[in-house]
Amino acid sequence: MNALFAPGFFTNGIVHSALIVGAVVAVVAAIVGTFTVLRAQSFAGHALGEVGATGGSAAILAGTNPLWGFIGIAVVAAAAIELLGVRQPRSRDLATGLVLGAGLGLAALFLYLGATSQSTTGASITVLFGSLFVVSMQMVPSIVALSIVALAIVLVCYRWLLLTSLNPDLAAARGVSLRLVSALYLLALAIAVSLSAETIGAVLSTALLVGPPAAALRLTKRPTAALVVAAGIGVLATWLGILLAYDSYTWPPSGRGWPVSFFIVVFVFCFYLLAQLHGRKLTRG
Amino acid sequence: MSAHVLEEQETPVLWLHNVSADLAGRRVLDDVTFAVQPGEFTALIGTNGAGKTTLLRVILGLQPTSSGIVELAGERRGRRSVGYVPQKVLLDPDMPLRARDVVALGMDGHRLGIPLSPRAGRLRRDRVEAALASVDAIDFADARVGTLSGGEQQRVLIAHALIGEPELLLLDEPLANLDLRSQHEVVALLARVAEERRVAVVMSAHDMNPLLPVMHRIVYLAGGRAVSGTTDEVVRSEVLSALYGHHVDVLRVHGRILVVAGGEDEPVRPDGEEPGSVESGIVSVP
Ligand SMILES: Nc1ncnc2c1ncn2[C@@H]1O[C@H](COP(=O)(O)OP(=O)(O)OP(=O)(O)O)[C@@H](O)[C@H]1O
Ligand SMILES: [Mg+2]
Repeated sequence: MNALFAPGFFTNGIVHSALIVGAVVAVVAAIVGTFTVLRAQSFAGHALGEVGATGGSAAILAGTNPLWGFIGIAVVAAAAIELLGVRQPRSRDLATGLVLGAGLGLAALFLYLGATSQSTTGASITVLFGSLFVVSMQMVPSIVALSIVALAIVLVCYRWLLLTSLNPDLAAARGVSLRLVSALYLLALAIAVSLSAETIGAVLSTALLVGPPAAALRLTKRPTAALVVAAGIGVLATWLGILLAYDSYTWPPSGRGWPVSFFIVVFVFCFYLLAQLHGRKLTRG
Repeated sequence: MSAHVLEEQETPVLWLHNVSADLAGRRVLDDVTFAVQPGEFTALIGTNGAGKTTLLRVILGLQPTSSGIVELAGERRGRRSVGYVPQKVLLDPDMPLRARDVVALGMDGHRLGIPLSPRAGRLRRDRVEAALASVDAIDFADARVGTLSGGEQQRVLIAHALIGEPELLLLDEPLANLDLRSQHEVVALLARVAEERRVAVVMSAHDMNPLLPVMHRIVYLAGGRAVSGTTDEVVRSEVLSALYGHHVDVLRVHGRILVVAGGEDEPVRPDGEEPGSVESGIVSVP
């Protein structure tokens, strides 16, 4: 038992909150991310993560929790993408690229200032790579509330999202407003990316967002099942990641532990590979 | 052929009056006028770029008009009961949707929330099953829709459009990419739907020949202008020459109709098909 679960794993409060917050965020990322994959908007998800890092690092400089800065900037960036972009996927990507470029310059500046200022050393690392182990208990209610907002958007617009991903013209012909769906979805995406960034960091948030859904889509042909399987894979990868990260405090080289985000992303990737292998068998019928 | 009564005075399901539309500053539809009665099968015929897709999008309200009136069942811009099958739908093979899920979305895809109630679920399943049966799609009802062949996807999309029990069904080149046998099956299916459920079917195509046995009315589009009427009224040398703005001949060979432009020795069909590829005699009008 102790070989698998390092001593104190089940009694450590930090581990408890990491398990809970990690699971909540993994579920939101998987459910929002399923439609990121279906709508071919991974690039937008990635861009929101990078741009959000600007807000995260600014918030640290200002002495508040990075989540607030992150989410504020991500929502603004989502609005900018929506306003600049038109319906065609190509111009949407172009708009996303423009917003990304503008945001990154500022992110670099704030991260630099943050890294060189005495009081906030290490904070930039938190923004870029996140850390489930330093999420404070005070943040849990906010994280849960934001999760509910993002999930509610996706579940309320569930059939609109399916229909628009199937074919936008079919949706529009049924009176669904493509503009409204797209705006609401980007809002949910901004929230999901910010939450993932809080736990596994801005750089890796896209992996948690699109990895589990990409694996789930190989395994099932029903929409609700895809959401459930994606959420399951996300939670499992997160928990396994936390387990190994906790173990790693006894590992070389430094005995200071390996980053939890690293493990989570490795597991997400392994699940994707397994699903890919298995999915070959799942064709018709 | 048209035992169906055209002179019957019902409220048309669809009525376009002097409709014009511009795309990127160019007039794509120019003063188009026609009406469609309940249960009528209308063929919308024209070459590439004639404006067929634009016209269907105008009817759906997806494309704004520059002038003119579009009325659905006597109401301006009521599009509640219109079914639509767009041109060239390529369904993503990764879409986690079975054929039956796509059909169900035709019934309630515009609603909010997730369908969960089990009783509504049973009713829903029965309706979906019936819609799938009506297009002979039961065999592949549980397959991922993106993995189906073009013809199978076409039938699923027709069921998707029909399940809402529309009064008007718009199909944009549903016969493209289908082999001759599937073309006949789809045409026969649509004719049956028009007849049995009194659904008005408007369907676009390059070639009118596969539709000749079933259509009641033709809307012939060329360069954004249209003439409409019965096949005999419209598909005549004088009428089409006036529409195209140059001389065209209408040839009837073994029950097939060929519209040919240019000199006598070089017949060119307006859809650009080589005259040699016309298999006259294979298809015939009863
Ligand atoms: N988005 C657009 N912007 C500018 N012009 C357009 C646009 N869409 C279509 N057109 C033009 O409008 C005209 C009519 O196009 P439309 O797609 O309605 O033709 P169609 O009859 O459906 O042709 P096809 O048989 O190839 O489907 C064409 O000349 C086309 O170039
Ligand atoms: Mg077209």
